[in-house]
Amino acid sequence: MPRVRVAAKSRRNAELGLLLLAMAVVAAYAATVEANLLDTVTLDFWVPIAAVGAVFLALHLVVRFLAPYADPVLVPAVALVNGLGVAFLRRLDLANAAPEERADFAIFSGTGGRQLAWTLASVILAAGLLVLMRDHRAVSRYAYTLGLAGIVLVIIPAVLPARYSQVNPQSDAKLWISVGGFTIQPGEFAKLALLVFFAYYLVRKREVLSLASRRFLGVDFPRGRDLGPVVVVWIISLGVLVFQKDLGTSLLYFGMFVVTLYIATERVSWLIIGLLLFFGGAFLAYFLGSTVGGPFANFYTRVEIWLDPYGDAYGAGWQPLQGLLGLGTGGLFGTGPGGGQPTQIPEVHNDFIFAGMGEEIGLFGLSALLVIYLLIIERGLRAALAVRDSFGKLLAGGLSFTLCLQLFVIIGGISSLIPLTGQTTPFLSAGGSSLMANWLLVATLLRISDAARRPVETGTGPRPSGAPATPPPQLHGATTEVIRP
Amino acid sequence: MNAPLRRVGVVVMVLFGLLFANLNWVQAYKADEYRTSDYNGRVQVAEYERKRGIIEAGGTPLATSRETGGELKYLRSYPKGELYAHALGYKPVNLADTGIEKSENEFLAGTSDQLFADRVRDLFTGNQTAGGNILLTLSPRAQEMAFRQLAENEKNVTRGAAVAIDPATGAIQALVSMPSFDPNPLVDHDSKKAEAAYKQLDNAKDGPLKNRALAETLPPGSTFKVITSAAALENGYTPSTQIPAGPSYLAPTAGVPIRNAATSICPESQVTLKEALTESCNTGFARLGVTLGAEKLKAEARKFGFEDEELAVGRLNGAGQAVAASRTGSMQTPDGRDDPPTLAQSSIGQNDVRMTPLQGAMIAAAVANNGRQMRPYLVQQQLGPDRTTDYYTAVPKELREPVSPQVARDLQDMMVSVVQSGTGTKAKISGYRVGGKTGTAETGGTNGDQGWFIGFAINSAGVPVSAVCVLLEDAGSGGSAEAARISREIMRAVIADRGGR
Repeated sequence: MPRVRVAAKSRRNAELGLLLLAMAVVAAYAATVEANLLDTVTLDFWVPIAAVGAVFLALHLVVRFLAPYADPVLVPAVALVNGLGVAFLRRLDLANAAPEERADFAIFSGTGGRQLAWTLASVILAAGLLVLMRDHRAVSRYAYTLGLAGIVLVIIPAVLPARYSQVNPQSDAKLWISVGGFTIQPGEFAKLALLVFFAYYLVRKREVLSLASRRFLGVDFPRGRDLGPVVVVWIISLGVLVFQKDLGTSLLYFGMFVVTLYIATERVSWLIIGLLLFFGGAFLAYFLGSTVGGPFANFYTRVEIWLDPYGDAYGAGWQPLQGLLGLGTGGLFGTGPGGGQPTQIPEVHNDFIFAGMGEEIGLFGLSALLVIYLLIIERGLRAALAVRDSFGKLLAGGLSFTLCLQLFVIIGGISSLIPLTGQTTPFLSAGGSSLMANWLLVATLLRISDAARRPVETGTGPRPSGAPATPPPQLHGATTEVIRP
Repeated sequence: MNAPLRRVGVVVMVLFGLLFANLNWVQAYKADEYRTSDYNGRVQVAEYERKRGIIEAGGTPLATSRETGGELKYLRSYPKGELYAHALGYKPVNLADTGIEKSENEFLAGTSDQLFADRVRDLFTGNQTAGGNILLTLSPRAQEMAFRQLAENEKNVTRGAAVAIDPATGAIQALVSMPSFDPNPLVDHDSKKAEAAYKQLDNAKDGPLKNRALAETLPPGSTFKVITSAAALENGYTPSTQIPAGPSYLAPTAGVPIRNAATSICPESQVTLKEALTESCNTGFARLGVTLGAEKLKAEARKFGFEDEELAVGRLNGAGQAVAASRTGSMQTPDGRDDPPTLAQSSIGQNDVRMTPLQGAMIAAAVANNGRQMRPYLVQQQLGPDRTTDYYTAVPKELREPVSPQVARDLQDMMVSVVQSGTGTKAKISGYRVGGKTGTAETGGTNGDQGWFIGFAINSAGVPVSAVCVLLEDAGSGGSAEAARISREIMRAVIADRGGR
């Protein structure tokens, strides 16, 4: 009996323990911030942390009952990053507030307060998704609807007048729907919707995409007519680049699609085609930006700043340069939470939050943060490996990789590894859309990992009913083996 | 599908590896460059977190900091305004810092290694100790006198400089450059205002930002005859040696003869060396220079500090405001032989000879100090934030020994004669042995000549009290006499500050 239980262990208590640990870290962070900024730790420094902690705990309970075999690391890891984000944004509010108001700064006011409220809403939404979606395969039924919705969401900001689609005065990216002071970033949700559609479409078409091929230079290339969908997505993502003036999002959509395509077909040729198309497109955009200007000018400027961060130090290059200087000032150990001056970076609560935190937690802190992110992504990929159905594999793999790509694009941009393109930092940046979409992503991964780790026989109930369960047969990939000619 | 998923896992690892490697590059390798970048406002804010130390001289605070309540917590202020501007320098928010504020920045800011223990203590007590304090050697009375006398000179000259040194130690007693400026607007926390103030000063007529006492060189004219005299005395001449003079002198191959300032000066064919200096006899010194040769003249000038490119005025370890090197020019033809026309001109401080006012004061100081030239310095003491811990006290250092005590005494006698009965009578102070040399240098332009005076005062006990150099640019005739008068006032102020000793 005990042996069997080990094989089918739900590990919910481990999740609870890790969650409490994560909250303790966040609370310590918040206390340090107050000690550094206010010279004293107020008696209610823990209130915002307790609020997010409570809602994470509620999520834990939902997971315990509705997805008992879900990966135990996901929720605590995401909660840690999210909690640090809330605490850091509150720290920015404190720095911006007048000194006499700092000590009793209301918990729901300021950017940090809003982020706290968004966190509560997002986690409830994620829990709701777990309640509604008892089996991830069910969403494939809505794949075409979601695909269409995704495309519409992508297109809306591009066709809206700038007044309704540009909220950030720092950049001219058109990524928002802004009505009456309420803004959402539809692209964040489009990402998820499109991925569901990609996964569904590719699971159905993978046979033909992977079977029919021409061999050229030792690599199997797909037939011309099968290139259709990838070309369409390429055009859409270039459209995003041109009309929304946002390279990051464009790279994200395209990378997302190419990688799911690769996972589905196991064809390296798709990666090669994808990379060639993307770099060709990016180079073309750079070239057009330098000669024609117009919609490409923005991208050209970004590349120029990337090549020479000091080139336009007081103009377009101010924000990226300040980000770099912030990271450099932090050095190895950082100035300590609350000890730095992240507000020197314009819009630090958005795209540049990683640089702002980097100044205070240093290289060591940022490395730890990267490891947490890596853990989240790796757990997602592990769920993809372990889940038994192709749709689940593609969806989990795609979602995990999307998360990775988004982090790479924004952190790489901030630290000047690649040209900077605006992206939110998942779970950290201020903003409800990003937070909600990413929590929905996590909920989906939780659901898929639950399916992956659940003992095969117990499909009827949440827990094995005491009957001796055999270890789950190694079916991975059995139903997904590609038949080659 | 698992094989590509695993490969995606590898790609994820690679991407994160790249991020990690790049963060190392930014936060470790390039960290110092970024931290200290001019574009990095954090450094400034951090610098203004701590109260900057005080700079003072003779008990008078010259640079202080007061709390503002703004993002930059402390505002630097200079209570004496333009009086000490060129000696102190200034510490602006965005512009470059200068002077003592620059060379002693780390100690004043409290970030120097010396104050490490204070910072560690702060970590435990939670206090933010102020930076260290700097005590200058300046004599407030002499400095204010020099400033006022220059500003109100009787020749209505707008540009000039004055330097006074304690000959026995090298401590600088006064350092003024005219016109001066008020450093307070430059350190305004509103960097736009500060920049506008800077631009205005930078474009102002007469260049008030220039430090004429240390950084500008001009032809020294007849003051250079002290060097020529020293070269002669070191080469077998005595003050009573007869040297050829005359109303005019045409050096071999020269086109234009050298004449004296007035026909009454040394028209006779021979005068003593002492008489030649007393009257400032051009023809005598021109001939003397040609006789001595360029090598000896240049060597003598070097012994007094010409061509020194290393000198800085601040602390004695060399940290401080750089001093422009004074130059003798070549005086030789390209093939290395003496060129009599330029040599003759150079012997009386014309042609390519250029000197800073500090150099002039250092020549007089070396003579007054019996041939030992002390290294000039401005920082007397570094006092800790508590004002009791002494981190540095200047221990005077000899810089060079240009002439023997005997030659120095001869030079003293000759220079005293200049003040007693020659061109420098305006510098006389009763009860003191005052010596000096006037100089009127032609610049060749349409402007008037530069008026110079270098001189010293030795008290009745034989201790040199002060050595000064005053320069009045484009002063026209009588400029050197006015310079002598101003020198006297400065030296009297020094004497008064020393309690008459």
